[in-house]
Amino acid sequence: MREFVQFTLGGIGFGMVYAAIALSLVLIWRGTRILNYAQGAMAMLTAYIAFTVIGHTGSYWAGFAAALAAGLVLGAVIERTVIRPVESKPPLNAVVVTIGLLVFLEGLAGIIYGGQYRSFPAAFSITGLHAGPVPLGISLNDVFVAGAVLAAAAGLAVLFRYTSAGLRLRATAFNAYAARLLGVRVGRMLTLGWALAGLIGALAGVLVSPATFLYPASMDSIFVLGFTAAVIGGLDSPAGAVAGGLILGVALNYVGGYLGSNLVPIFGLAALIVILMIRPSGLFSPSTGRQV
Amino acid sequence: MTLARHTGAAIAAAVVVWALSVSLNSFRDYQIADVAVYVVAIAGLTVLIGQSGQISLGNGAFMAVGAYATALLQMHLSWPLWALFPASAAIAAVTGVAVGTAAARLRGPYLAGATLLLAVALPSLATQFPGVFGGDQGLSVSVTAPAALGVDFPPTRWLAWINAGTALIVLILLANLARSRIGRSWRAIRDDETAAALAGLNVARLRILAFVVSAACAGLAGAMLAVYSSQVSPGAFTVTLSIALLTGAVIGGLGSLAGALWGALVIVLVPTYVTDVATSHGLSSTVAANIPVAAYGVVLIAVMLVFPDGIQGGLRRFWGLTPPAAAVPLARLNSLRRHPPASEHQEEGTT
Amino acid sequence: MNRTHRVRPPAIAAAAVVVAMIAAGCGSSSSSGSSGAATASAPGITATQILIGSHQPLTGPAAPGYSEIAPAANAYFQYVNAHGGIYGRKIKYTYLDDAYDPSKTVSDVHQLVLQDNVYAIFNGLGTPTHLAAVSFLNSSKVPDVFVASGCDCWNNPSTYPQTFGWQLDYIREGKILGSYIKQHFPGKKVGYFFQNDEFGQDGVKGLDYEIPKAQVVSRQSYVPTNVNIGPQVAALKAAGAQVVVSFSIPAFTALLKLTSLKLNYNPTLVVSDVGSDPITLGGLLEAFAKQGGTTVNGSQLTQGIITDGYLPTLGDSSNSWIALFKQVHDTYDAKAPFDGNVLYGEAVGYAFVQAMLKAGKNPTRADLVKAINGGLPQGPAMAPYAYSATDHNGITGAFIGVIRSGAIVQQGPVLVTDTSPTGAVTPFVGSEQTAPASGMP
Repeated sequence: MREFVQFTLGGIGFGMVYAAIALSLVLIWRGTRILNYAQGAMAMLTAYIAFTVIGHTGSYWAGFAAALAAGLVLGAVIERTVIRPVESKPPLNAVVVTIGLLVFLEGLAGIIYGGQYRSFPAAFSITGLHAGPVPLGISLNDVFVAGAVLAAAAGLAVLFRYTSAGLRLRATAFNAYAARLLGVRVGRMLTLGWALAGLIGALAGVLVSPATFLYPASMDSIFVLGFTAAVIGGLDSPAGAVAGGLILGVALNYVGGYLGSNLVPIFGLAALIVILMIRPSGLFSPSTGRQV
Repeated sequence: MTLARHTGAAIAAAVVVWALSVSLNSFRDYQIADVAVYVVAIAGLTVLIGQSGQISLGNGAFMAVGAYATALLQMHLSWPLWALFPASAAIAAVTGVAVGTAAARLRGPYLAGATLLLAVALPSLATQFPGVFGGDQGLSVSVTAPAALGVDFPPTRWLAWINAGTALIVLILLANLARSRIGRSWRAIRDDETAAALAGLNVARLRILAFVVSAACAGLAGAMLAVYSSQVSPGAFTVTLSIALLTGAVIGGLGSLAGALWGALVIVLVPTYVTDVATSHGLSSTVAANIPVAAYGVVLIAVMLVFPDGIQGGLRRFWGLTPPAAAVPLARLNSLRRHPPASEHQEEGTT
Repeated sequence: MNRTHRVRPPAIAAAAVVVAMIAAGCGSSSSSGSSGAATASAPGITATQILIGSHQPLTGPAAPGYSEIAPAANAYFQYVNAHGGIYGRKIKYTYLDDAYDPSKTVSDVHQLVLQDNVYAIFNGLGTPTHLAAVSFLNSSKVPDVFVASGCDCWNNPSTYPQTFGWQLDYIREGKILGSYIKQHFPGKKVGYFFQNDEFGQDGVKGLDYEIPKAQVVSRQSYVPTNVNIGPQVAALKAAGAQVVVSFSIPAFTALLKLTSLKLNYNPTLVVSDVGSDPITLGGLLEAFAKQGGTTVNGSQLTQGIITDGYLPTLGDSSNSWIALFKQVHDTYDAKAPFDGNVLYGEAVGYAFVQAMLKAGKNPTRADLVKAINGGLPQGPAMAPYAYSATDHNGITGAFIGVIRSGAIVQQGPVLVTDTSPTGAVTPFVGSEQTAPASGMP
């Protein structure tokens, strides 16, 4: 029983990071119908920027802010330059372009920073917390990670629901043609969507890098599982993304604990296939009618 | 007629390859074998993507299936080479049936993602069952040239012959398939799935068939890889391999079998060349080793933005030829999609 | 008709090469005896140069840390070249990137042997990668010296006569660590944490030869692709392991420490030499040591880790080898930190130079193999080499050390053993050699 609780709590930490990646993927998907395979690599690059800023200023929060800002800028720049030409093309083009972006960013990071693992600081202490004499198996930093992702998700929800920018974003995602007719600057909205996704991805990168160390390929497996979480939850549903991330994180922690570390990707694949066979659009997205 | 024409082209190519293999040094022979492996794998992938319109990021996993099948069949049953290749292709094809059926309802990015996860997860089976698959160290495969060729026959030349010969046979078969009724049905599904279904084509079965063909090609390529590397281990079948296959298919020209050759040449020859150039300019070895990686990415993006038809498309335009029906007319696909992205809340096509 | 046309140019070239070589051979044999001019006695050897090659993970998952080894060996070779070379020849060391992908290793090795015509393959890195190359190298009769891996599989003189290991193999290391634990922690509960490949599995084999089965309460393995080792550490804690033996690479040793902190778990850590370099570990942990307000450095978190070492400790500046290698590093490889990987690279480079000098003035490939089969002097290693015609393993022992203030401090004598289940672990009665004043063997 103790182990079970331990595994559950331990899975939440990574699960929240998967949720953040999933959320950023959903943001981009809803806006531009593109699956951004470079999301993890973008998060890695912004984490390196944070690393550089922390190294120069000594302040974690300066680096944190720098990463988020860099994520905004990077997302916007990428959408404007590389993604805009393929937005109205067949989906394969965007797949190839984002994969190319992924490879390029990893090579770039390798050239600038080299391949060695960097020690990335955590925002708060990583020693385990206690409830009285009982060790809980989670740290203050874990609580921060969970809180930060939930705050980001809540912030996005508020943005979409209660601001006019959010309304315009939703209109663009629902029917860009009609939105354009109603005066929405669709291009700007798409850029904004990518910028926000870059921000959330940067958050994920900064939150997870203490646990994975920072190196050019450090976000690869995080991205794959974040993507799995997004697909499981449904690419159209932000709430599904967060739920999918949590469920996946905890479930894979059970697998790693009871069955062994090696079986985690296999179970991830099995979960994905099973869920997609039952509900091809994911667990939480509204079911679509068959199009004829 | 088609078969005769394709066979004639293949024989001409075979003569060229033979001539190269006897006049170039042993390492070039080895590279011929290397390129042949990728030609087969990329040809299968380009047929899947270009002809039937499905995206797979997991063909590296099918290569692993074929490679391990070869190693295990040789180790336990001592099968000869001419039996190993078809058997490995068949085993990979069966795996393709399983994956294709599970993925039959998936479209676009969902399919791409599921196949990506397959590429990530499958190699860990080898380390999970080390007794069967040899774990991280892998299994060894041995191939010797037949005694009839003489004792001094360079082993790499035999490898070049086997692999190149197999690649040519595969290309003949795929070219015939593309020109057949099945090929036309695939292109119909790719261009407009709903219309094809209304016209009476069994969409699901055709999609699975395309998957199976691509998996069989990848499995055969894996068998060829096992033979000329003389070993199989999980480290050779990472996601990087699947991405490299996609890169080769795109750069060469999707849907085009000649493009498979260009793509294979690019991914085998260009990275080492770029690294050599970088090191000779005095860059540190780590930086020099990362430059091809960054360059890969830039090339992928550039090709997709500027030359979507890849090298073969570019060559066709250069010679003033219009692309034949067999190649992917991305331009045609573009004309069908010239509307802004619609959400799935709406029925498609009502704008 | 066309066939002869195509075959002719290369045939002429081949004939020309053969004539040149015969001429060169005649030339050297006529002057052999007293002067012994340097000749092209084997592929890769010219009058002025020895060309050797290697495959290394310069990119990819194994690159961190390991990518420093080849440049460090090359630094020592450049030092040797600046001080007269080997019988007047300069060493040229070409290492290709295989990104830890065995199929790329095969390609690299074919290129080095068939196209670049190297004299030998030196220090090929990685077990699954080098296993892919070893049968080709042996069937082509290319010397395959000082493989950078502790697998016992390189010790196979009957099947792989060209292949030699160098570093302390993992089974011996497991036995040495195991015997220390058996002696100093009797009755305590022991847990294993190991990488799920032959590195970890061979280490565990050695540990099991020494530590009584009843003492081992938990065996947890990890794979380098999954950084979430929380469940594994939780299992070790739940089993009550008071001593954890870790056959892990540095990143996972660091993760083990960090995860233990999160679980408020504080066992005694015994770590394989592979994953215990204090400089690397300190670098990985430094961001976490700054927590809690006090300014401590990363070494605080490595304090007390028990490990083993088969080369002199980096912090011992009075050691003649460290002084020599530091000087070489500062001159030829200054960009890299002077850490365990650099020390390893220079030490194995030294061993190669020893072997080449022993192979003779105009060595053939077989001469190099014969030279190593005849045994090599200990050099910088803390224990002697096992090399003989029937044993191709390298260093046979190590000392136990404890990390204090970011450096390994030796505890007790050097211990030597063999790879058998029953061979005892005994103190080494010889002594360490001092570095030659010239820096050349």
